Amino acid sequence: MSSVRVLVGTRKGAFVLTSDGKRKDWQVSGPFFAGWEIYHMKGSEADPNRIYVSQTSGWFGQLIQRSDDGGKTWHQPGLKPGESEMPCFPDKAPNRFLYDTSSETGKPLTTHQWYDGTQHPWEFKRVWHIEPSFSDPDTVYAGVEDAALFRSTDGGESWQELSGLRGHGTGAQWTPGAGGMGLHTIILDATNEKRIYIAISAAGTFRSDDGGQSWRPINKGLRSPYMPDEDAEVGHCVHHVAMHRARPDVLFMQKHWDVMRSDDAGENWHEVSGNLPTDFGFVIDVHAHEPETLYVVPIKSDSEHFPIDGKLRVYRSRTGGNEWEPLAKGLPEKDCYVNVLRDAMAVDRLDECGVYFGTTGGQVYASADAGDSWAPIVRDLPAVLSVEVQTMN
Amino acid sequence: MESGLNQPDSAGAAQVRVVLPYHLRNLALVEGDVLLAVTAPVTLRAVLDALEARYPMLRGTIRDYGSGQRRAFLRFFACEEDWSLASPDAELPEAVATGKEPLLIIGAIAGG
Repeated sequence: MSSVRVLVGTRKGAFVLTSDGKRKDWQVSGPFFAGWEIYHMKGSEADPNRIYVSQTSGWFGQLIQRSDDGGKTWHQPGLKPGESEMPCFPDKAPNRFLYDTSSETGKPLTTHQWYDGTQHPWEFKRVWHIEPSFSDPDTVYAGVEDAALFRSTDGGESWQELSGLRGHGTGAQWTPGAGGMGLHTIILDATNEKRIYIAISAAGTFRSDDGGQSWRPINKGLRSPYMPDEDAEVGHCVHHVAMHRARPDVLFMQKHWDVMRSDDAGENWHEVSGNLPTDFGFVIDVHAHEPETLYVVPIKSDSEHFPIDGKLRVYRSRTGGNEWEPLAKGLPEKDCYVNVLRDAMAVDRLDECGVYFGTTGGQVYASADAGDSWAPIVRDLPAVLSVEVQTMN
Repeated sequence: MESGLNQPDSAGAAQVRVVLPYHLRNLALVEGDVLLAVTAPVTLRAVLDALEARYPMLRGTIRDYGSGQRRAFLRFFACEEDWSLASPDAELPEAVATGKEPLLIIGAIAGG
Protein backbone atom coordinates (compact mmCIF):
# COMPACT_ATOMS: atom_id res chain seq x y z
CA MET A 1 0.00 0.00 0.00
CA SER A 2 1.52 3.28 -1.04
CA SER A 3 1.55 6.29 1.25
CA VAL A 4 2.91 9.80 1.46
CA ARG A 5 4.60 11.75 4.22
CA VAL A 6 4.52 15.53 3.96
CA LEU A 7 7.25 17.31 5.94
CA VAL A 8 6.27 20.85 6.89
CA GLY A 9 8.67 23.39 8.36
CA THR A 10 7.08 26.43 10.01
CA ARG A 11 8.01 29.53 11.97
CA LYS A 12 7.21 27.72 15.20
CA GLY A 13 8.04 24.08 14.73
CA ALA A 14 7.91 21.07 12.42
CA PHE A 15 4.92 18.96 11.44
CA VAL A 16 4.59 15.60 9.70
CA LEU A 17 1.41 14.93 7.72
CA THR A 18 0.77 11.37 6.59
CA SER A 19 -1.83 9.70 4.40
CA ASP A 20 -2.33 6.60 2.33
CA GLY A 21 -2.14 6.76 -1.43
CA LYS A 22 -5.65 8.17 -1.73
CA ARG A 23 -4.48 11.34 0.01
CA LYS A 24 -7.89 12.17 1.43
CA ASP A 25 -7.53 11.37 5.13
CA TRP A 26 -4.52 12.82 6.91
CA GLN A 27 -2.85 12.35 10.26
CA VAL A 28 -1.01 15.35 11.66
CA SER A 29 1.85 14.96 14.10
CA GLY A 30 3.80 17.76 15.77
CA PRO A 31 4.81 20.33 16.56
CA PHE A 32 8.32 18.99 16.81
CA PHE A 33 10.96 21.44 18.06
CA ALA A 34 8.12 23.70 19.18
CA GLY A 35 8.91 27.38 19.18
CA TRP A 36 11.88 27.08 16.81
CA GLU A 37 12.02 28.14 13.19
CA ILE A 38 12.20 25.11 10.92
CA TYR A 39 13.57 26.43 7.67
CA HIS A 40 13.65 23.05 5.97
CA MET A 41 13.29 19.32 6.51
CA LYS A 42 13.89 16.64 3.94
CA GLY A 43 14.02 12.85 3.82
CA SER A 44 16.65 10.65 2.24
CA GLU A 45 15.67 8.63 -0.81
CA ALA A 46 18.37 6.11 0.06
CA ASP A 47 16.70 5.55 3.44
CA PRO A 48 13.22 7.09 3.75
CA ASN A 49 13.33 6.73 7.52
CA ARG A 50 16.21 9.19 7.61
CA ILE A 51 14.95 12.78 7.79
CA TYR A 52 17.12 15.85 8.32
CA VAL A 53 15.85 19.07 9.87
CA SER A 54 17.24 22.59 10.00
CA GLN A 55 16.21 24.01 13.38
CA THR A 56 17.15 27.64 13.92
CA SER A 57 16.61 30.53 16.27
CA GLY A 58 17.57 34.16 16.45
CA TRP A 59 18.45 33.54 20.10
CA PHE A 60 20.28 30.24 20.06
CA GLY A 61 21.61 29.83 16.54
CA GLN A 62 21.55 26.78 14.31
CA LEU A 63 20.89 23.14 15.14
CA ILE A 64 20.56 20.08 12.95
CA GLN A 65 18.12 17.38 13.97
CA ARG A 66 17.71 13.93 12.50
CA SER A 67 15.20 11.12 12.60
CA ASP A 68 16.13 7.54 11.79
CA ASP A 69 12.59 6.19 12.18
CA GLY A 70 10.53 8.26 9.80
CA GLY A 71 9.84 11.12 12.17
CA LYS A 72 8.76 9.24 15.28
CA THR A 73 11.84 10.30 17.28
CA TRP A 74 14.46 12.96 16.71
CA HIS A 75 17.98 13.62 17.87
CA GLN A 76 20.93 15.77 17.09
CA PRO A 77 23.33 13.72 14.95
CA GLY A 78 25.84 12.08 17.23
CA LEU A 79 23.41 12.05 20.14
CA LYS A 80 21.18 9.09 20.84
CA PRO A 81 17.45 9.83 21.18
CA GLY A 82 16.58 10.77 24.75
CA GLU A 83 20.18 10.92 25.91
CA SER A 84 22.36 13.91 26.66
CA GLU A 85 25.75 12.25 26.16
CA MET A 86 27.25 13.18 22.82
CA PRO A 87 30.42 11.15 22.35
CA CYS A 88 31.26 12.70 19.01
CA PHE A 89 32.11 16.01 20.68
CA PRO A 90 34.40 17.89 20.62
CA ASP A 91 35.91 16.58 17.38
CA LYS A 92 32.56 16.70 15.68
CA ALA A 93 29.60 18.98 16.20
CA PRO A 94 26.31 18.78 14.29
CA ASN A 95 25.66 22.50 14.67
CA ARG A 96 29.13 23.77 13.81
CA PHE A 97 29.18 25.47 10.42
CA LEU A 98 32.53 27.19 10.08
CA TYR A 99 33.59 28.77 6.82
CA ASP A 100 36.70 27.15 5.41
CA THR A 101 39.64 29.51 5.73
CA SER A 102 42.36 26.91 5.59
CA SER A 103 45.29 27.65 3.33
CA GLU A 104 45.00 24.22 1.70
CA THR A 105 41.38 24.19 0.65
CA GLY A 106 39.74 27.41 1.68
CA LYS A 107 40.00 31.05 0.85
CA PRO A 108 40.52 33.96 3.18
CA LEU A 109 37.17 34.87 4.68
CA THR A 110 36.71 37.93 2.54
CA THR A 111 33.60 40.04 2.06
CA HIS A 112 30.45 40.27 0.01
CA GLN A 113 28.40 43.28 -1.02
CA TRP A 114 26.06 44.71 1.61
CA TYR A 115 22.69 46.32 0.93
CA ASP A 116 24.27 49.78 0.65
CA GLY A 117 26.98 48.67 -1.77
CA THR A 118 29.76 48.51 0.80
CA GLN A 119 31.64 45.31 1.52
CA HIS A 120 30.57 43.20 4.50
CA PRO A 121 32.19 40.19 6.15
CA TRP A 122 30.70 36.73 5.74
CA GLU A 123 28.70 35.78 8.84
CA PHE A 124 27.03 32.41 9.32
CA LYS A 125 23.37 32.75 10.35
CA ARG A 126 21.36 29.63 9.53
CA VAL A 127 20.76 26.66 7.25
CA TRP A 128 18.13 27.41 4.64
CA HIS A 129 18.03 24.12 2.76
CA ILE A 130 19.10 20.52 3.34
CA GLU A 131 19.56 18.12 0.43
CA PRO A 132 20.31 14.45 1.14
CA SER A 133 22.30 12.44 -1.38
CA PHE A 134 20.36 10.07 -3.63
CA SER A 135 22.65 7.15 -2.86
CA ASP A 136 23.97 7.53 0.70
CA PRO A 137 21.78 8.47 3.69
CA ASP A 138 24.84 9.77 5.55
CA THR A 139 25.80 12.22 2.83
CA VAL A 140 23.85 15.45 2.93
CA TYR A 141 24.32 19.01 1.71
CA ALA A 142 23.34 22.22 3.51
CA GLY A 143 22.81 25.61 1.93
CA VAL A 144 23.42 28.38 4.43
CA GLU A 145 23.13 32.12 5.04
CA ASP A 146 25.51 33.93 4.45
CA ALA A 147 25.64 31.99 1.24
CA ALA A 148 27.83 28.91 1.24
CA LEU A 149 27.47 25.19 0.65
CA PHE A 150 28.38 22.63 3.30
CA ARG A 151 28.49 18.84 3.11
CA SER A 152 28.37 16.13 5.72
CA THR A 153 29.38 12.54 5.03
CA ASP A 154 28.68 11.25 8.54
CA GLY A 155 24.95 11.76 8.84
CA GLY A 156 25.18 15.37 9.93
CA GLU A 157 27.62 14.88 12.80
CA SER A 158 30.09 17.25 11.18
CA TRP A 159 30.05 19.66 8.28
CA GLN A 160 32.67 20.92 5.87
CA GLU A 161 32.32 23.85 3.52
CA LEU A 162 32.69 23.28 -0.21
CA SER A 163 34.67 26.47 -0.37
CA GLY A 164 35.20 26.51 -4.10
CA LEU A 165 31.75 28.09 -4.43
CA ARG A 166 32.21 31.03 -2.10
CA GLY A 167 35.78 31.47 -3.24
CA HIS A 168 35.48 31.05 -6.98
CA GLY A 169 35.81 34.76 -7.67
CA THR A 170 32.46 36.54 -7.81
CA GLY A 171 31.66 36.40 -4.09
CA ALA A 172 32.46 40.04 -3.55
CA GLN A 173 29.55 40.92 -5.87
CA TRP A 174 26.93 38.79 -4.09
CA THR A 175 24.29 40.77 -2.23
CA PRO A 176 21.68 39.72 0.33
CA GLY A 177 18.06 39.76 -0.72
CA ALA A 178 15.42 41.14 1.61
CA GLY A 179 15.41 37.88 3.55
CA GLY A 180 19.18 37.58 3.73
CA MET A 181 21.89 36.13 1.54
CA GLY A 182 20.79 32.54 1.60
CA LEU A 183 21.81 29.56 -0.48
CA HIS A 184 18.29 28.20 -0.83
CA THR A 185 18.33 25.72 -3.70
CA ILE A 186 20.46 22.60 -4.05
CA ILE A 187 19.73 20.25 -6.96
CA LEU A 188 21.57 16.97 -7.25
CA ASP A 189 21.66 14.93 -10.44
CA ALA A 190 20.68 11.32 -9.80
CA THR A 191 22.46 10.23 -12.99
CA ASN A 192 25.68 12.14 -12.39
CA GLU A 193 26.86 12.60 -8.82
CA LYS A 194 29.50 15.08 -9.96
CA ARG A 195 26.91 17.63 -11.07
CA ILE A 196 25.34 20.01 -8.54
CA TYR A 197 23.24 23.10 -9.13
CA ILE A 198 22.71 25.72 -6.44
CA ALA A 199 21.00 29.11 -6.29
CA ILE A 200 21.52 32.11 -4.04
CA SER A 201 19.53 35.26 -3.34
CA ALA A 202 20.82 37.57 -4.63
CA ALA A 203 23.71 36.16 -6.55
CA GLY A 204 22.17 33.78 -9.05
CA THR A 205 22.59 30.17 -10.11
CA PHE A 206 25.84 28.21 -10.10
CA ARG A 207 26.93 24.78 -11.30
CA SER A 208 29.62 22.34 -10.35
CA ASP A 209 30.63 19.44 -12.57
CA ASP A 210 33.21 17.98 -10.21
CA GLY A 211 31.22 17.14 -7.12
CA GLY A 212 31.29 20.62 -5.63
CA GLN A 213 34.99 21.37 -5.80
CA SER A 214 34.81 24.08 -8.46
CA TRP A 215 31.94 26.31 -9.52
CA ARG A 216 30.92 28.86 -12.08
CA PRO A 217 27.91 31.16 -12.51
CA ILE A 218 25.23 30.07 -15.01
CA ASN A 219 23.07 33.16 -15.37
CA LYS A 220 23.29 34.08 -19.07
CA GLY A 221 19.92 35.29 -20.24
CA LEU A 222 18.70 36.56 -16.88
CA ARG A 223 17.77 40.23 -16.81
CA SER A 224 17.25 42.11 -13.55
CA PRO A 225 16.37 45.80 -13.93
CA TYR A 226 17.13 46.47 -10.27
CA MET A 227 20.85 46.07 -11.02
CA PRO A 228 23.05 48.70 -12.67
CA ASP A 229 24.03 46.13 -15.30
CA GLU A 230 20.80 44.21 -15.73
CA ASP A 231 22.36 41.17 -17.40
CA ALA A 232 25.45 40.95 -15.20
CA GLU A 233 27.15 37.62 -14.59
CA VAL A 234 25.98 37.54 -10.94
CA GLY A 235 23.67 39.51 -8.67
CA HIS A 236 20.32 38.13 -9.83
CA CYS A 237 17.67 37.39 -7.23
CA VAL A 238 16.84 33.80 -8.13
CA HIS A 239 13.98 32.61 -5.96
CA HIS A 240 13.93 28.92 -6.80
CA VAL A 241 15.00 26.40 -9.43
CA ALA A 242 13.41 23.06 -10.28
CA MET A 243 14.47 20.10 -12.40
CA HIS A 244 12.85 16.86 -13.51
CA ARG A 245 15.24 14.09 -12.60
CA ALA A 246 14.82 12.37 -15.98
CA ARG A 247 16.04 15.50 -17.77
CA PRO A 248 18.92 16.90 -15.73
CA ASP A 249 19.89 19.43 -18.39
CA VAL A 250 16.49 21.16 -18.33
CA LEU A 251 16.00 23.69 -15.54
CA PHE A 252 13.07 25.91 -14.63
CA MET A 253 13.50 29.04 -12.54
CA GLN A 254 11.22 31.39 -10.66
CA LYS A 255 13.27 34.56 -10.54
CA HIS A 256 12.31 37.62 -8.51
CA TRP A 257 10.43 38.63 -11.62
CA ASP A 258 10.29 36.25 -14.61
CA VAL A 259 9.83 32.52 -14.99
CA MET A 260 12.82 31.18 -16.91
CA ARG A 261 13.90 27.99 -18.64
CA SER A 262 17.23 26.51 -19.64
CA ASP A 263 17.68 23.51 -21.94
CA ASP A 264 21.45 23.30 -21.65
CA ALA A 265 22.20 22.84 -17.95
CA GLY A 266 21.95 26.54 -17.23
CA GLU A 267 24.31 27.77 -19.95
CA ASN A 268 21.52 29.88 -21.43
CA TRP A 269 18.13 30.95 -20.06
CA HIS A 270 15.05 32.27 -21.79
CA GLU A 271 11.82 33.60 -20.37
CA VAL A 272 8.70 31.39 -20.33
CA SER A 273 6.39 33.64 -18.29
CA GLY A 274 3.97 33.72 -21.22
CA ASN A 275 0.40 34.49 -20.17
CA LEU A 276 0.93 34.47 -16.41
CA PRO A 277 -1.00 37.31 -14.74
CA THR A 278 2.21 38.26 -12.93
CA ASP A 279 5.57 36.57 -13.18
CA PHE A 280 6.67 37.46 -9.67
CA GLY A 281 6.64 34.56 -7.23
CA PHE A 282 8.74 32.23 -5.17
CA VAL A 283 7.94 28.55 -5.79
CA ILE A 284 8.31 26.49 -8.92
CA ASP A 285 8.13 22.73 -9.33
CA VAL A 286 7.85 20.04 -11.99
CA HIS A 287 5.32 17.21 -12.27
CA ALA A 288 6.84 13.89 -11.17
CA HIS A 289 6.04 12.08 -14.43
CA GLU A 290 5.57 14.84 -17.01
CA PRO A 291 8.80 16.81 -17.47
CA GLU A 292 7.04 19.57 -19.39
CA THR A 293 4.39 20.18 -16.72
CA LEU A 294 5.28 23.01 -14.34
CA TYR A 295 3.65 24.69 -11.37
CA VAL A 296 4.06 28.22 -10.02
CA VAL A 297 2.07 30.40 -7.64
CA PRO A 298 1.98 33.95 -9.04
CA ILE A 299 2.35 36.65 -6.40
CA LYS A 300 1.22 40.18 -7.17
CA SER A 301 4.58 41.97 -6.95
CA ASP A 302 7.78 42.43 -4.99
CA SER A 303 6.02 45.18 -3.07
CA GLU A 304 2.82 43.22 -2.37
CA HIS A 305 3.57 39.63 -1.45
CA PHE A 306 0.11 38.13 -1.89
CA PRO A 307 -2.05 36.77 -4.71
CA ILE A 308 -3.71 39.12 -7.16
CA ASP A 309 -7.22 40.22 -6.07
CA GLY A 310 -7.11 37.97 -3.01
CA LYS A 311 -7.53 34.83 -5.19
CA LEU A 312 -5.06 32.07 -4.42
CA ARG A 313 -4.26 30.23 -7.63
CA VAL A 314 -1.66 27.77 -8.78
CA TYR A 315 -0.75 28.09 -12.43
CA ARG A 316 0.16 25.03 -14.47
CA SER A 317 1.90 24.79 -17.80
CA ARG A 318 1.80 21.53 -19.73
CA THR A 319 4.07 22.92 -22.43
CA GLY A 320 7.22 23.65 -20.48
CA GLY A 321 6.20 27.25 -19.96
CA ASN A 322 4.66 30.15 -21.90
CA GLU A 323 1.12 28.68 -21.90
CA TRP A 324 -0.32 28.66 -18.39
CA GLU A 325 -3.70 27.73 -16.95
CA PRO A 326 -5.05 28.82 -13.57
CA LEU A 327 -5.91 26.07 -11.08
CA ALA A 328 -8.43 27.37 -8.59
CA LYS A 329 -10.77 24.50 -7.67
CA GLY A 330 -10.71 24.22 -3.89
CA LEU A 331 -8.49 27.24 -3.33
CA PRO A 332 -9.67 30.54 -1.77
CA GLU A 333 -11.51 32.69 -4.30
CA LYS A 334 -11.48 35.88 -2.26
CA ASP A 335 -9.87 37.65 0.68
CA CYS A 336 -6.73 35.56 0.57
CA TYR A 337 -3.54 37.53 1.23
CA VAL A 338 -0.98 34.91 2.07
CA ASN A 339 2.38 34.24 0.48
CA VAL A 340 3.91 30.95 -0.65
CA LEU A 341 7.63 30.90 0.13
CA ARG A 342 10.34 29.46 -2.11
CA ASP A 343 10.73 26.03 -0.52
CA ALA A 344 7.04 25.54 0.23
CA MET A 345 5.94 23.45 -2.79
CA ALA A 346 6.61 19.79 -3.55
CA VAL A 347 5.25 16.91 -5.60
CA ASP A 348 4.84 13.25 -4.75
CA ARG A 349 5.69 10.36 -7.07
CA LEU A 350 2.47 8.38 -6.98
CA ASP A 351 0.95 7.39 -10.34
CA GLU A 352 -1.46 10.33 -10.12
CA CYS A 353 1.03 13.00 -9.20
CA GLY A 354 0.20 14.86 -6.00
CA VAL A 355 1.12 18.52 -5.58
CA TYR A 356 1.46 20.28 -2.23
CA PHE A 357 2.14 23.81 -1.05
CA GLY A 358 2.10 25.72 2.22
CA THR A 359 1.28 29.34 2.91
CA THR A 360 2.38 32.00 5.33
CA GLY A 361 -1.17 31.79 6.68
CA GLY A 362 -0.50 28.27 7.93
CA GLN A 363 -2.48 26.30 5.37
CA VAL A 364 -1.05 23.28 3.58
CA TYR A 365 -2.98 22.48 0.41
CA ALA A 366 -2.82 19.18 -1.42
CA SER A 367 -3.94 18.07 -4.85
CA ALA A 368 -4.18 14.35 -5.58
CA ASP A 369 -4.92 14.96 -9.28
CA ALA A 370 -1.93 16.92 -10.51
CA GLY A 371 -3.46 20.26 -9.58
CA ASP A 372 -6.97 19.92 -11.03
CA SER A 373 -8.48 20.22 -7.54
CA TRP A 374 -7.20 21.17 -4.12
CA ALA A 375 -8.10 20.70 -0.48
CA PRO A 376 -6.40 21.86 2.70
CA ILE A 377 -4.70 19.20 4.80
CA VAL A 378 -4.38 21.68 7.66
CA ARG A 379 -5.51 25.29 7.93
CA ASP A 380 -4.02 26.79 11.04
CA LEU A 381 -0.34 25.97 11.38
CA PRO A 382 2.23 28.68 12.00
CA ALA A 383 3.54 30.35 8.84
CA VAL A 384 4.85 27.63 6.53
CA LEU A 385 8.48 27.94 5.47
CA SER A 386 8.97 24.68 3.62
CA VAL A 387 7.12 21.64 2.31
CA GLU A 388 8.70 18.38 1.18
CA VAL A 389 7.07 15.06 0.32
CA GLN A 390 8.21 11.49 0.72
CA THR A 391 6.48 8.83 -1.37
CA MET A 392 6.44 5.31 0.04
CA ASN A 393 5.40 2.39 -2.13
CA MET B 1 14.68 14.33 31.37
CA GLU B 2 17.09 14.72 34.27
CA SER B 3 17.15 17.15 37.16
CA GLY B 4 20.38 19.12 37.00
CA LEU B 5 20.25 19.85 40.73
CA ASN B 6 20.32 16.19 41.59
CA GLN B 7 23.29 15.33 39.44
CA PRO B 8 26.36 17.45 40.11
CA ASP B 9 29.27 16.67 37.83
CA SER B 10 31.74 15.70 40.55
CA ALA B 11 32.60 16.25 44.17
CA GLY B 12 35.21 18.69 45.35
CA ALA B 13 35.08 21.60 42.96
CA ALA B 14 32.83 24.61 43.50
CA GLN B 15 29.19 23.85 42.73
CA VAL B 16 27.77 26.56 40.51
CA ARG B 17 24.07 26.86 39.73
CA VAL B 18 23.06 27.92 36.24
CA VAL B 19 19.55 28.84 35.17
CA LEU B 20 18.98 28.11 31.48
CA PRO B 21 16.23 29.53 29.28
CA TYR B 22 13.34 27.21 28.37
CA HIS B 23 14.58 26.10 24.96
CA LEU B 24 18.08 25.29 26.21
CA ARG B 25 16.68 23.25 29.10
CA ASN B 26 14.74 21.25 26.53
CA LEU B 27 17.83 20.74 24.39
CA ALA B 28 19.88 19.62 27.39
CA LEU B 29 17.06 17.39 28.63
CA VAL B 30 17.11 18.94 32.10
CA GLU B 31 14.47 20.31 34.41
CA GLY B 32 15.19 23.16 36.78
CA ASP B 33 18.63 24.59 37.51
CA VAL B 34 21.83 22.96 36.35
CA LEU B 35 24.50 22.27 38.97
CA LEU B 36 28.07 22.27 37.68
CA ALA B 37 31.43 21.54 39.24
CA VAL B 38 33.74 24.43 38.35
CA THR B 39 37.35 24.72 39.36
CA ALA B 40 38.39 28.11 40.75
CA PRO B 41 38.67 30.79 39.64
CA VAL B 42 34.97 30.77 38.81
CA THR B 43 34.66 32.99 35.75
CA LEU B 44 31.97 33.23 33.07
CA ARG B 45 34.27 31.39 30.70
CA ALA B 46 34.90 28.62 33.21
CA VAL B 47 31.20 28.17 33.91
CA LEU B 48 30.25 28.12 30.23
CA ASP B 49 33.09 25.72 29.45
CA ALA B 50 31.84 23.41 32.21
CA LEU B 51 28.26 23.75 31.00
CA GLU B 52 29.18 22.85 27.42
CA ALA B 53 31.39 19.97 28.55
CA ARG B 54 28.52 18.47 30.54
CA TYR B 55 25.86 19.29 27.96
CA PRO B 56 27.67 19.35 24.60
CA MET B 57 24.46 19.84 22.67
CA LEU B 58 24.50 23.40 24.00
CA ARG B 59 27.73 24.26 22.23
CA GLY B 60 27.15 27.05 19.80
CA THR B 61 23.79 27.99 21.32
CA ILE B 62 25.16 30.44 23.91
CA ARG B 63 28.47 31.41 22.34
CA ASP B 64 28.87 31.66 18.58
CA TYR B 65 31.00 28.87 17.17
CA GLY B 66 32.96 31.13 14.89
CA SER B 67 33.66 34.09 17.13
CA GLY B 68 33.20 32.64 20.60
CA GLN B 69 31.13 35.72 21.45
CA ARG B 70 27.91 35.71 23.46
CA ARG B 71 24.91 35.50 21.18
CA ALA B 72 23.34 38.91 20.78
CA PHE B 73 19.93 38.00 22.20
CA LEU B 74 21.29 36.34 25.33
CA ARG B 75 22.32 38.05 28.57
CA PHE B 76 24.14 36.92 31.70
CA PHE B 77 22.83 38.08 35.09
CA ALA B 78 24.26 37.34 38.55
CA CYS B 79 23.41 38.76 41.96
CA GLU B 80 21.11 41.33 40.36
CA GLU B 81 23.91 42.59 38.13
CA ASP B 82 24.28 42.41 34.36
CA TRP B 83 27.45 40.49 33.46
CA SER B 84 26.74 40.37 29.75
CA LEU B 85 29.44 42.86 28.84
CA ALA B 86 31.92 41.85 31.51
CA SER B 87 35.18 40.18 30.61
CA PRO B 88 34.65 36.41 30.33
CA ASP B 89 37.70 36.03 32.55
CA ALA B 90 36.43 38.21 35.40
CA GLU B 91 35.63 36.25 38.56
CA LEU B 92 31.92 35.93 39.28
CA PRO B 93 30.60 37.00 42.71
CA GLU B 94 31.39 34.64 45.57
CA ALA B 95 27.70 33.91 46.03
CA VAL B 96 27.65 32.46 42.51
CA ALA B 97 30.92 30.60 42.96
CA THR B 98 29.56 28.90 46.07
CA GLY B 99 26.19 28.09 44.57
CA LYS B 100 24.18 30.38 46.84
CA GLU B 101 23.07 32.47 43.89
CA PRO B 102 22.64 31.23 40.31
CA LEU B 103 24.14 32.49 37.10
CA LEU B 104 21.15 33.33 34.96
CA ILE B 105 21.31 32.96 31.18
CA ILE B 106 18.39 34.99 29.89
CA GLY B 107 16.92 35.22 26.43
CA ALA B 108 15.89 38.68 25.27
CA ILE B 109 12.17 39.25 25.51
CA ALA B 110 11.47 39.98 21.87
CA GLY B 111 9.83 38.57 18.82
CA GLY B 112 6.55 36.86 18.15
